[in-house]
Amino acid sequence: MIALYVVLALMILGAIVAIETRNLLSSVVALGAVGLGFALICLLLQAPDVAITQLVVEILTVIILIRATLGRDYAGMTTGSNYLSGLVGIVFVVVLFGVAYHVLQTFPGFGQPLMRVSSDYLERAAAETGAANVVAAILLDFRAYDTLGEATVLFTAVIGVLAVARRVGRKTIESGEGARGE
Amino acid sequence: MSKEREKGMSLIVKSVTRLTVGLVLLYGIYIVLHGHVSPGGGFAGGVILALAFINLVLAFGKETALRKVPESVQASLECTGALLFLAVALLGFAGGYFFFNILPKGHLFDLLSAGIIPVCNIAIGLKVSAGLFSVFLVVVLLDVGREKT
Repeated sequence: MIALYVVLALMILGAIVAIETRNLLSSVVALGAVGLGFALICLLLQAPDVAITQLVVEILTVIILIRATLGRDYAGMTTGSNYLSGLVGIVFVVVLFGVAYHVLQTFPGFGQPLMRVSSDYLERAAAETGAANVVAAILLDFRAYDTLGEATVLFTAVIGVLAVARRVGRKTIESGEGARGE
Repeated sequence: MSKEREKGMSLIVKSVTRLTVGLVLLYGIYIVLHGHVSPGGGFAGGVILALAFINLVLAFGKETALRKVPESVQASLECTGALLFLAVALLGFAGGYFFFNILPKGHLFDLLSAGIIPVCNIAIGLKVSAGLFSVFLVVVLLDVGREKT
């Protein structure tokens, strides 16, 4: 259990570094460290499917972020230092943590889940679906409708990015052809 | 100018990529196909397949990589994946209800077992890999907002 808290502390440290540093490339590298720490935590909590997916998606995200921020140069952001907004923020966070503490007391302990529905799935998965991987059986047989929703969301996101970027690209080609000279 | 940057990376990177990109593709196909036996599944395997193509783009430049997989092929692969997933779901109506598992179930731990789950994994793998590769190409091809000095 001690390894879990060490990785958690490293993740929090990486997140603070990602926010506070001025160089954009260091910030992206710190974000990559946070994602890899989360993949380690998933392995420590015995969830290999989530760990594999988190690892490869984190690598893809870091590659895209580095490629997207390579030419830019954000020379430090000037935050609006207003004392009233800071005070309102602190009051909000205190109220939120107070309410969350009382709500979280009603949850079962960490590592002892209630498993009212999932114990049923664990018994029936191998016999009813024929799949050895219970996660795949739940994702694609017991709860396949939710996977259809997730596949639709991914498809729509990709089409949305392509639609927006294609229109911007056409404008750049039309307006910048003389200026770029390429 | 930008011509040298478009050509890709150094000779060491190109040689290593030539040797290993086939292995990465094979590993991605393995994770997709064995989704019902070992951890992984369609989403993780699809991302690994997209990463293999992104490796090609980063090492050789985007023109060479686009000759291997042109953009029309990517668009049709992604739509094929989505439509295959929907078709398998609608075929369940032949057995009773939407998404009913109609193919034979087989023995545990076999490659051809668990009904429609391997087919759904292949469809999701196609969709995710083609979609993420298109998004990456959009980010690389369009220098939106980059100030040229």
